[in-house]
Amino acid sequence: MTYTHDIVIVGGGGAGLRAAIAVVEANPQLSVAIISKVYPMRSHTVSAEGGAAAVIRAEDSLDEHAYDTISGGDWLCDQDAVEAFVDEAPKEMLRLENWGCPWSREPDGRVAVRPFGGMKRIRTWFAADKTGFHLLHTLFQTSLKYEEIARYDEWFVTKLLVEDGRVRGVVAIELSSGRIETITAKAVILCTGGCGRVFPFTTNANIKTGDGMALAYRAGAPLKDMEFVQYHPTGLPFTGILITEAARAEGGWLLNKDGYRYLQDYDLGTPQPGPVLRSMELGPRDRLSQAFVKEMEKGRTIDTPYGQVVHLDLRHLGAKLINTKLPMVRELCLDYEKIDPVKDLVPVRPVVHYMMGGVSTDIHGATPLDGLYAAGEVACVSINGANRLGSNSLPELLVFGARAGRAAAEFAAAQPDDGGDWSGILTQAEDERRRLERDLRGREGGGERVSTIRTEMQAAMEQGAGIYRSADSMAKCADALQELRERLPGVSIDDHTTTFNTELIAALELGLMLDVAESIVHSARLREESRGAHQRTDFPERDDVRYLAHSLIHRSADGSPRVEYPPVTITRWPPGVRVYGR
Amino acid sequence: MARSITMQVARYRPDREAEPTMQSYDVPLRKDWAILDGLNHIKDELDGTLSYRWSCRMGICGSCGMTVNGEPKLTCATFLTDYAPGPVRVEPLRNFPVVRDLVVDIGDFMAKLSVVQPWIIRKDEETPDGEYLQTPAELEDYKQFSMCINCMLCYSACPIYGLNEHFLGPAAIALAQRYNLDSRDQGSADRMDALSASTGVWDCTYVGECSTACPKNVDPAGAIQRYKLTAATETLKSFLMPRGGR
Ligand SMILES: Cc1cc2nc3c(=O)[nH]c(=O)nc-3n(C[C@H](O)[C@H](O)[C@H](O)COP(=O)(O)OP(=O)(O)OC[C@H]3O[C@@H](n4cnc5c(N)ncnc54)[C@H](O)[C@@H]3O)c2cc1C
Ligand code: SF4
Ligand code: FES
Repeated sequence: MTYTHDIVIVGGGGAGLRAAIAVVEANPQLSVAIISKVYPMRSHTVSAEGGAAAVIRAEDSLDEHAYDTISGGDWLCDQDAVEAFVDEAPKEMLRLENWGCPWSREPDGRVAVRPFGGMKRIRTWFAADKTGFHLLHTLFQTSLKYEEIARYDEWFVTKLLVEDGRVRGVVAIELSSGRIETITAKAVILCTGGCGRVFPFTTNANIKTGDGMALAYRAGAPLKDMEFVQYHPTGLPFTGILITEAARAEGGWLLNKDGYRYLQDYDLGTPQPGPVLRSMELGPRDRLSQAFVKEMEKGRTIDTPYGQVVHLDLRHLGAKLINTKLPMVRELCLDYEKIDPVKDLVPVRPVVHYMMGGVSTDIHGATPLDGLYAAGEVACVSINGANRLGSNSLPELLVFGARAGRAAAEFAAAQPDDGGDWSGILTQAEDERRRLERDLRGREGGGERVSTIRTEMQAAMEQGAGIYRSADSMAKCADALQELRERLPGVSIDDHTTTFNTELIAALELGLMLDVAESIVHSARLREESRGAHQRTDFPERDDVRYLAHSLIHRSADGSPRVEYPPVTITRWPPGVRVYGR
Repeated sequence: MARSITMQVARYRPDREAEPTMQSYDVPLRKDWAILDGLNHIKDELDGTLSYRWSCRMGICGSCGMTVNGEPKLTCATFLTDYAPGPVRVEPLRNFPVVRDLVVDIGDFMAKLSVVQPWIIRKDEETPDGEYLQTPAELEDYKQFSMCINCMLCYSACPIYGLNEHFLGPAAIALAQRYNLDSRDQGSADRMDALSASTGVWDCTYVGECSTACPKNVDPAGAIQRYKLTAATETLKSFLMPRGGR
């Protein structure tokens, strides 16, 4: 059977929900649907803790937010995109407020803001330390008001349907029944989130397997700046659960094994008792994660069964502040580490957290492929450049989710209703169905497990494409990935049933993740410089002559990758030195 | 401490089996392993055919609710060592139709969500230029009820929902109250029909099992009790002032 909508949004996280509402508001005549592999309120936006940045105070300015973002991104951000972003972020955040988001407040009733890493002004809105949770539930609940928004909850998209250079729909599996359907559309918006799961140690949920990136890549849309993977400096060992940057923004210290605030040794400023903006613990994430590795090399970190750690010290903040501003940090430490940050040091280490790269879009969320749009973490506009600032991602998904929704609505409304000849699309869909039914669900067992290949891929990525990289480490990683790709067709799927077959889904996700992993490593090998989160021991300097440019990776007809380097858009802030703590 | 623990896991594949069975697996007993880590070990190493839902593994997405040794729990925030030496029994959440293994059908709750109109309702047409002011005290009024992660543990624990699936249930009512009590909202009258209907708050006999089961201290039972008071007063008012003098 075939379903038809004007616009199909893949993903029901913050970006997808915002896009859906924008479509209805732009043109209520359009039929719009959200397809999501989990119920929308389970999407990973739910786990964002610290906050969302938008200029609201008189002493702040859009230019300062833009400058912090651009210097934080090591000048790889497109400055026209950043200008649009900082301008629209406050409006979007106010809409969220009007829709009922329970932002933390000042005594006089205004929305409260807190400091955040790499930001020179206090501009991060927060809902205690469950910002993403409240933002997602507010958006989801508000979306229920719009009866126009159809939903396919717990449906997994396996393929984008493309003909004559235009996206015409998707193929998806309904998890509960296993039925495979074609869903056609005049425009598709990808809002599928990030890909942290290609690494072994990550803050990202199980669902963050980079599906949308791989789907777009396979369909012929290029990916941008895939080598830029953000490590967050403070994850709990073993689980990878995030301890939000807000913990440092409220005054937390990072200590090495001697109890020393080691960041002072890495050109990040001199320690003060209270938090200082753009300094020390409030430096940008790339620099803090890199300092950890250096500290480890000096033998000044702490050895634990789950690897080397440093300590996050919140004890001096006191129970009252921790309970009101960081309740989730305390809850997570108590539940998962059996320690209480009010009186204990919290062990932390850098953890894969966010993907700066993604499906390449313009500032309206449009990809180069007609009818295909992308927004949120899956997309790369790029406002994040080589290193995203904490609390810029939530406003990004609002601003560009809304933009993509409006742009897709305009595009869809301009397309004729019958859309011409569908036979080619339906043949493609039939091929995909056959692949899913015969090659995967019908596959005989006896081979390797999905988890074996997945674990090896993750290990290869950590060893070869982690915080510090070199030509040598990445070559090994690329070879390992190639070998895994050859083993992939032999992977066994023991579950041949149709109802909620999660083994089949895991196998599909693994295939998609391998594409993403390869694009990360391939782009990283070709960028012979160090910039932001991409640090090469063999090319330690930034090289603006060769690489003040985006890596745009395309898939050639034979499946091999091809990379181009379009220039970064510079409007008002010429490349400079990143200065923190001075 | 023993090195392993036996997990007895409910299996049910409707395409294969007429009814659920229990299957035992031995998994490593590690200090920091949650029940969910045990299930992931089974799926990755022992038996790829086991199905269950999970995502965030940090107690916030609400996916991983199951019945552990008879009680509704978030399996990513419940630890194996608390059940040592075992065996520990893992079954799907009660009071819901089982789709497969540990996966239940929550479609009923998803439909009920819209019934309580969980969004800000304003009687003024214009959206404001800036924010609606809201003091910390006003935020405190509804904050607890805004913490619900829709994990369904309360429905699983609720004896009334077990008997009458039409009952709106704890989380939906708590969510209605979350908006009713929000100083920015003017929609409590619109929500009244659903809440005061025969399937609304009056179904609840205040057993309080929902609040005991809730992993996020939402206190849905408290929300229900509080609404009963409001509803009683409103009913009284409508007798006294039939033409809606407010
Ligand atoms: C622990 C943590 C804390 C964070 N804290 C902050 C913070 O404080 N501030 C900040 O600004 N940012 C923060 N971030 C980053 C930010 O939360 C994310 O970048 C952002 O929420 C991503 O939203 P999204 O809508 O793009 O994707 P998600 O919320 O991840 O949603 C993806 C959606 O796509 C769907 N999907 C994916 N693949 C498929 C498929 N194949 N078929 C069907 N559906 C599919 C999923 O079901 C889901 O609905 C944090 C991130 C993490 C991990
Ligand atoms: S009220 Fe508590 S138990 Fe019920 S769904 Fe919400 S969080 Fe879960
Ligand atoms: S996996 Fe998200 S709440 Fe347990």
